[in-house]
Amino acid sequence: MALLEVKDLQVRVEDREILHGLSLTVNPGEVHAIMGPNGSGKSTLSHVIAGKPGYEVTGGQILFRGEDLLEMAPDERAAKGVFLAFQYPVEIPGVATMNFLRTALNAQRKARGESEYSTPDFLKKVREVSKSLSIPQDMLKRGVNVGFSGGEKKRNEILQMALFEPSLCILDEMDSGLDIDALRIAADGVNALRSSERAMVVITHYQRLLNYIVPDYVHVMAKGSVVKTGGKELALQLEESGYAQFEDA
Amino acid sequence: MNVVLAKTDTGRAVSTSFALARERLPGSGKVAEQRRQAFEAFEGAGLPHRRIEDWKYTDLRALMREVLPLAAAPDAAALSRAEAALKLHTIEGTRRPVLVDGVFAPKLSDLGKGEKGLSVRTLREVLEAGDGPLQGELLASDNSNPMIALNTAMATDGVVIEIANGTVLEQPLHVVHVASVGAPAAMFTRSLLRLGRDVSATLVESFVATEGAKAYQTYDSLIVSLGDNARLDHLRLIEDGLEAFNIASAAVTLGAHAQLNTFGMVSGAGVSRYQPTIVFAGEGARVDTNGVNLIKGRQHADTTMFMDHAVPHCASREVFRAVIDDRAHSVFQGRIVVRPDAQKTDAKMMTRALLLSDEAEADNKPELEIFADDVTCGHGATTGALDESLLFYLRARGLPEKEAQALLIQAFVGEAIESIANDSLREHVIAAAQRWLEARG
Repeated sequence: MALLEVKDLQVRVEDREILHGLSLTVNPGEVHAIMGPNGSGKSTLSHVIAGKPGYEVTGGQILFRGEDLLEMAPDERAAKGVFLAFQYPVEIPGVATMNFLRTALNAQRKARGESEYSTPDFLKKVREVSKSLSIPQDMLKRGVNVGFSGGEKKRNEILQMALFEPSLCILDEMDSGLDIDALRIAADGVNALRSSERAMVVITHYQRLLNYIVPDYVHVMAKGSVVKTGGKELALQLEESGYAQFEDA
Repeated sequence: MNVVLAKTDTGRAVSTSFALARERLPGSGKVAEQRRQAFEAFEGAGLPHRRIEDWKYTDLRALMREVLPLAAAPDAAALSRAEAALKLHTIEGTRRPVLVDGVFAPKLSDLGKGEKGLSVRTLREVLEAGDGPLQGELLASDNSNPMIALNTAMATDGVVIEIANGTVLEQPLHVVHVASVGAPAAMFTRSLLRLGRDVSATLVESFVATEGAKAYQTYDSLIVSLGDNARLDHLRLIEDGLEAFNIASAAVTLGAHAQLNTFGMVSGAGVSRYQPTIVFAGEGARVDTNGVNLIKGRQHADTTMFMDHAVPHCASREVFRAVIDDRAHSVFQGRIVVRPDAQKTDAKMMTRALLLSDEAEADNKPELEIFADDVTCGHGATTGALDESLLFYLRARGLPEKEAQALLIQAFVGEAIESIANDSLREHVIAAAQRWLEARG
């Protein structure tokens, strides 16, 4: 069974239709890149999959392991294994990162009927993962993302991805605002999580990220639907020719 | 018009109540005369109503309608109910005077070992003994405020704490007021805390109820003086039953270079009003106050604070936070007066309200009256709902809606709670806030 099936999805925000019949199938173990110009609807797709309020689905469906994802609250989707790495992770003053990580992880486990993580196991795991992502321990004591640099915020997203072990990771413009070193650390973190069980959808404007996270499929989005699908070479081709050809179509 | 209003049934009912209660009220001679005058003042004014500016948002005549009769002294059953209720509200490592239905309960109190420089007595003891000046101080009353006048007339008991110059008290004092009444009744307490020079102390006050106590009224009044260079940490926790009224006042005077840190949290009582008046009497003193309202249902919580900068070189900070759910109503009236001589005053006031429902209401009324020209004064206010983008982030990480809200509410009040220096007191307050969040479901 496919992990994620998006079928003929139509989405509106207020009076404007953003997605006009988008379809996408993602199987376990696959890495899909979604590329496209600004305003093509890439981020809308990621938000609708994660369940962000403010979007109206007027047609089509999204199935996750055959279940209707659109019927689920955002937290149920997270517990089922959907993870969105935000383009702009929010700052939450007053909520210590460590407390947040533990609360979120245990909420997901509880929703799945699993036991809570013991404190030593949890701490050990956080330490391991944060070390591999070069996240200093004192950062975890601060408020969630408060005072973090752009790169630190993105690494914090990947830290969560590693802790929660989702089966579908959606990375929304992970490369935005990162310099080349920060990008490499983040990409290494993502690559370490690739497995035959887990799928990833990498949303990006630029081909550059795909040098580090090499996709199995590349989809080009324009004007609210997928206009072309190919292998990783399609990304290189786009780098040469740009998006103009699709936008004029 | 006002004359007619003053002669409502309310006035007559209390009049009868005062006459009946008189025998049970400690003190005679001058004390009895002070009570009589105070009662006259209350009777003349009646319960305050919305046409009195200071009571615009808290119309006691409409909310309360009448002053209930004085609660009976607690019997054995009431004391054992109170004992059960105390379990949740006991803080390890404190000296604990307990008042049940407005009467000191020696068996439930734990005053610990005697400590040099510390004297703890009951109001009854002091009023019945011959200490004239202290009696005068205890019953000194701002009769222009009818609710303070009523308290002066009816105060049945309370705790009188005096701490001698230079005493540093390690153990906090925890005064617990337990309402245990089976039938609707009122309890009136008055307490005094006097800190000499260079004293350092912590006072915690809790207002709690036993399970059966429902429609009761608790009236309290606290008189505090800080000697030069003294430091007081004052915590006040209102966890009364949701049908109860809690009408209280505090009169605080600070000597030179004294320091007062206060933290107050209202999570209980159907209607509460707290009126602290803080007077700077010596230069170089500082007050930091943090207030938190956690209210829901039809709760109404009013803090009306008066900061009187009477002398130069003093600083005050007021940060008041309210979390308001359902149809609850939070009121903060903060008045700061800087007298003509009070140059170099530094006074700031901030209110922040978090509205969890469309019907929740927050009223903020800052009043700054500045008569000196070389001062720094300011106030600010914010009101809003929980941030949707933060809520979505938390939910996308697996937190159900209520849990996500709870985490953000904790963060909102957390900053105020962090101001409590003592670890076990801070934990106690966190637990009280947690109980409120859990009751929210």
